[in-house]
Amino acid sequence: MASDPIICFDDVTKVFRRPDGRGDFVAVDRLSFSISPGEIVAVLGKTGCGKSTMFNLLAGLIEPTSGEVAVVGHDPFREFEYFRGRIGIVFQGDRLMPWRTALDNVLLGLEILNAGKAQAEETARGWLTRLGLAGHEHDYPHALSGGMRQRVSIARAFAVDPEILLCDEPFSSLDEMTARDLRAEFVRLVRQNGKTAVFITHSITEAMEVGDRVLVFHRPARIAYEARLTRDRSDGQAAEVTARILDVLGTSQ
Amino acid sequence: MFTNPRVIRALQATASMLVLALAWQIASYFFPHYLFPPVQDILVRTVDILISWSQLYEVLITALRIFGGLFGAFILGGLVALVIGRSPRLESYVTPYLVFLQGIPALSWVIMAIIWFHGIEFRILFIMVITTLPAFTFQILDAYRSMSKDLFEMTMSFRPSAWTLFRVLIVPTIVPGILTAWKVNLGNAARVVVVAELVGATGGVGYQLLRQQQLFDMAGALAWTIQLVLFVLIVQQTIVMIENWLLRYRPVSERAV
Repeated sequence: MASDPIICFDDVTKVFRRPDGRGDFVAVDRLSFSISPGEIVAVLGKTGCGKSTMFNLLAGLIEPTSGEVAVVGHDPFREFEYFRGRIGIVFQGDRLMPWRTALDNVLLGLEILNAGKAQAEETARGWLTRLGLAGHEHDYPHALSGGMRQRVSIARAFAVDPEILLCDEPFSSLDEMTARDLRAEFVRLVRQNGKTAVFITHSITEAMEVGDRVLVFHRPARIAYEARLTRDRSDGQAAEVTARILDVLGTSQ
Repeated sequence: MFTNPRVIRALQATASMLVLALAWQIASYFFPHYLFPPVQDILVRTVDILISWSQLYEVLITALRIFGGLFGAFILGGLVALVIGRSPRLESYVTPYLVFLQGIPALSWVIMAIIWFHGIEFRILFIMVITTLPAFTFQILDAYRSMSKDLFEMTMSFRPSAWTLFRVLIVPTIVPGILTAWKVNLGNAARVVVVAELVGATGGVGYQLLRQQQLFDMAGALAWTIQLVLFVLIVQQTIVMIENWLLRYRPVSERAV
């Protein structure tokens, strides 16, 4: 991929002050990488290695202590408003508003973007149908299964038609069968709609199934290993990369 | 015979009230009627008030005073709660005032209001607002603080304006707290309004109670009291109906019915 990167981390460090006042904690240490448009990058690492901090930096929810984060050439923290409708996020839990029906949850982003009511509803219904939730539009989250709720949250992220999708271990709380189906569905939708996606996971299998590229993080978040994967995964590369990742993770802190 | 849980609960409540009425009636046979008037006398006086416009007007005046006071405290308390919620630094300055206000008895406020203000309605409005303000503020603040961090971050990921954030997340989050605050403060307000009217007004249920005391008329005093209880029950039920509709998204376990 020769095009300009859509996401760029340049020597980024994030330090948190410990709540008990006992000094500082380095969550991300001089992290640099870039992602090209249309890529799906899986970020893999052990729990507590700083993946979620990197995710929050990318989403503009926290500010780097030093270094620069650029998404489509803009700073996601300082230019927070610029990214309205440009970044879609699928979180670890479904994070559905319990007082909204499935349809209203999908409509949330469109409502915030001030999309026309009729058009927004058509878009939201379309995404629910595409994700196999036709007939459940008026169900409240408590009436849906875990897998269905996560589908609603995927529909909510896609409905605003963002350029970039950020996913923070979105299927980690689901059973393996449901998670596998949703992963396949997610990858198909990302490719079909020409999105760029950053997919955070602690599962090697998931990273291998989803990513065009896998970044393996060491604590504090810095890249310990990187592999580009062929799309068909049929040339034995997957086994080789998996072995290497296991090796790297095995020696990480 | 009856399977609907609501009907069963209503029958149980009716039965317990009938037991109380029966005990009162028995007491009326053994004590002078100025202490325990017969149940039928109380009922006649109660119905009299309901069907006589001039007397019902007194009940409606009291009801309006309760609503006015609660509404004022709700708006003011809601604003204070949201301001404190958004800037926690203010909390350490504002909370001592609210705690101090909470410690002042309603009767003290009545005396102060009579000395400070001339207009009867303003006095009562002031007393109602000042006595229910701390509870509204604390309850709405608690509801605001219970806002889910996950939902906040999810909503912020769409970059909403401050108004949209308030509309789509903050309001639905604090609605249960607001409803609880109304239910709790309604009973308090009914008690405070009677004290305020008893001492500082020339109309309303509190003033009528004062008259019954002067006439040594127990049946009248109970009949006016029942008006207030009926008012509180009707408003409570209305709030519960609104609550059931607004919070219909909440799952209910079959075991809990």
